[in-house]
Amino acid sequence: MDKIFEKPESIRDAGTHYCPGCGHGIVHRVICEVIDDLGIREKLIGIAPVGCAVIAYDYWNFDVTEAAHGRVPAVATGIKRSLPDRIVFGYQGDGDLGAIGTAEIIHAANRGENITIIFVNNTVYGMTGGQMAPTTLLKQKTATTPSGREQKIHGFPLKVCELLSVLPGVVYAERVTVHSPQNILKAKRAIKKAFENQIKGLGFSIVEVLSPCPTYLGLSPKDAIKFVGEELTKEYPLKIFKDIT
Amino acid sequence: MATYAVGVVIVAKKVLMCGNEALAEAAIRAGCRFYAGYPITPQNEIPAYMSKHMPEAGGVFIQSESELAAINMVFGSSLTGTRAMTSSSSPGISLKQEGISYLAACELPSIIVNIMRGGPGLGNIGPGQSDYFQAVKGGGHGDYHMIVIAPASCQEISDLTMLSFDLADKYRMPVMILGDGILGQMMEPVEFKDGTKLEIKKDWILDGCKGRKPRVIKSLILKEAELEEFNLKLQKKYNQIKNEEQRCEVLYRDDSEIMLVAYGTPSRICRSVVENLRKKGKKVGMIRPITLWPFPEREFKKLAKNVKSFLVVEMSCGQMIEDVKLAIDCARPVHFYGRTGGEISSEDEIIKEIENING
Repeated sequence: MDKIFEKPESIRDAGTHYCPGCGHGIVHRVICEVIDDLGIREKLIGIAPVGCAVIAYDYWNFDVTEAAHGRVPAVATGIKRSLPDRIVFGYQGDGDLGAIGTAEIIHAANRGENITIIFVNNTVYGMTGGQMAPTTLLKQKTATTPSGREQKIHGFPLKVCELLSVLPGVVYAERVTVHSPQNILKAKRAIKKAFENQIKGLGFSIVEVLSPCPTYLGLSPKDAIKFVGEELTKEYPLKIFKDIT
Repeated sequence: MATYAVGVVIVAKKVLMCGNEALAEAAIRAGCRFYAGYPITPQNEIPAYMSKHMPEAGGVFIQSESELAAINMVFGSSLTGTRAMTSSSSPGISLKQEGISYLAACELPSIIVNIMRGGPGLGNIGPGQSDYFQAVKGGGHGDYHMIVIAPASCQEISDLTMLSFDLADKYRMPVMILGDGILGQMMEPVEFKDGTKLEIKKDWILDGCKGRKPRVIKSLILKEAELEEFNLKLQKKYNQIKNEEQRCEVLYRDDSEIMLVAYGTPSRICRSVVENLRKKGKKVGMIRPITLWPFPEREFKKLAKNVKSFLVVEMSCGQMIEDVKLAIDCARPVHFYGRTGGEISSEDEIIKEIENING
């Protein structure tokens, strides 16, 4: 019998620590499928962030390091500049990339570092207990916005792809989502392109992935998926913001 | 006789350089191939020198967006097995503390240079030594140490920079070179020795898992027992270093009644004081710690048997003095004379202090 579906070599055979309905597992899997497809597992260094994905190395079957909170792009820069023929990618959440690490992401992007960043936006801090993220929607309730995010107090949701796409060092910026099988396939195409750009030496690529966090959205996994598809995509439109490859 | 390239000019054996330049050149000769840093006075000659000469050596120079980014770039470079360095001065070193803690936790060899200035806060750009506590007691979070090296001349900056890279690789840990604004700016003749002879196989680096099992370099250890075990492993390494790497210079060990204690720039002033007083028959000597961590406790303990008292001279309000008292278990009186804010002790001031002690 032909095998038509199997675990990518780049994924370890491990039980998941992610909550039921969390999008991280899907994003991990998609990245690992791409790595297998491109045959780059053995020349790859991945960087895990601080946040729910901090132990991504438990799932990834290739060389992995773990950066201080927000510093993934700086660590990636150090690795890639030292080993230019290896493939380096950073995995960051919205707090990591959009709050504590904004300086690092903007300057790595602006230098045009030849790296790939996968940015998982689920609008909330998961690891620390559901606090407001820079990407939290207005009126969204979190542990630190109990009455909902108010612009006058907390500012606006941060648009990372929009912000980065104006920088000349960025060659590719796309926002995708993993809330439906069709969109997961689109996400895979975007992530594959972001890695191919690096293989071709084109420069900085980022894929923002909208992802459900049922636990801290206070929704069932099903409703969290609906929230991503119907609410998040309004604030964060799905599109290719930049492609000069 | 070897000749050395300085810019485009080839000069012989000894070259006149400022401390910062000597440090940068020695680093490149020691095999440093990655430098990231952010401008701050009084260490700016280091990144300037690196920006020109690192690419010539086939290495990487990056002017980073911040000290945070610089130390994390060093983290990334070091984990590939590259000899990597960053430099800064006091306020910038405070910003690097997070990264230093991670370097220590991930056991990544790396060189951090602090050309100290006046503090606290923005302070000023005069020379200072008020970051001693931060350097030797662990300025970042967690139970960790760096080896801390304190040169006192441009020649020593060159020699000890090369040694620092070897120590960092040997023990897999960050090493801090702790200088001050005068040492960084002062020009002296330097003769560069040969670079490293240390042969060490880095079988822990991340460079892609071709032909081997994937590796992970991380500092998160969630299980309490495992984190305790890891901390005890670090302590074992630190104890080995305390045992094997204490370094200092002692002047007039045998008959000194008063022993001056100083490192870096104040040690140069104290050296003059000692030589001048010796000419007058005064029994004064000096101990100059070269490793501030590990502190040269063994030598202090020996000296405490015969010396009547110690006078610690620092460009701070009194930091190293605590380690002197600990080293001799307060067995002798330990006096202090310090200038701060970028001010420097004169010989006369120190002689007056000695006279006061003699009463």
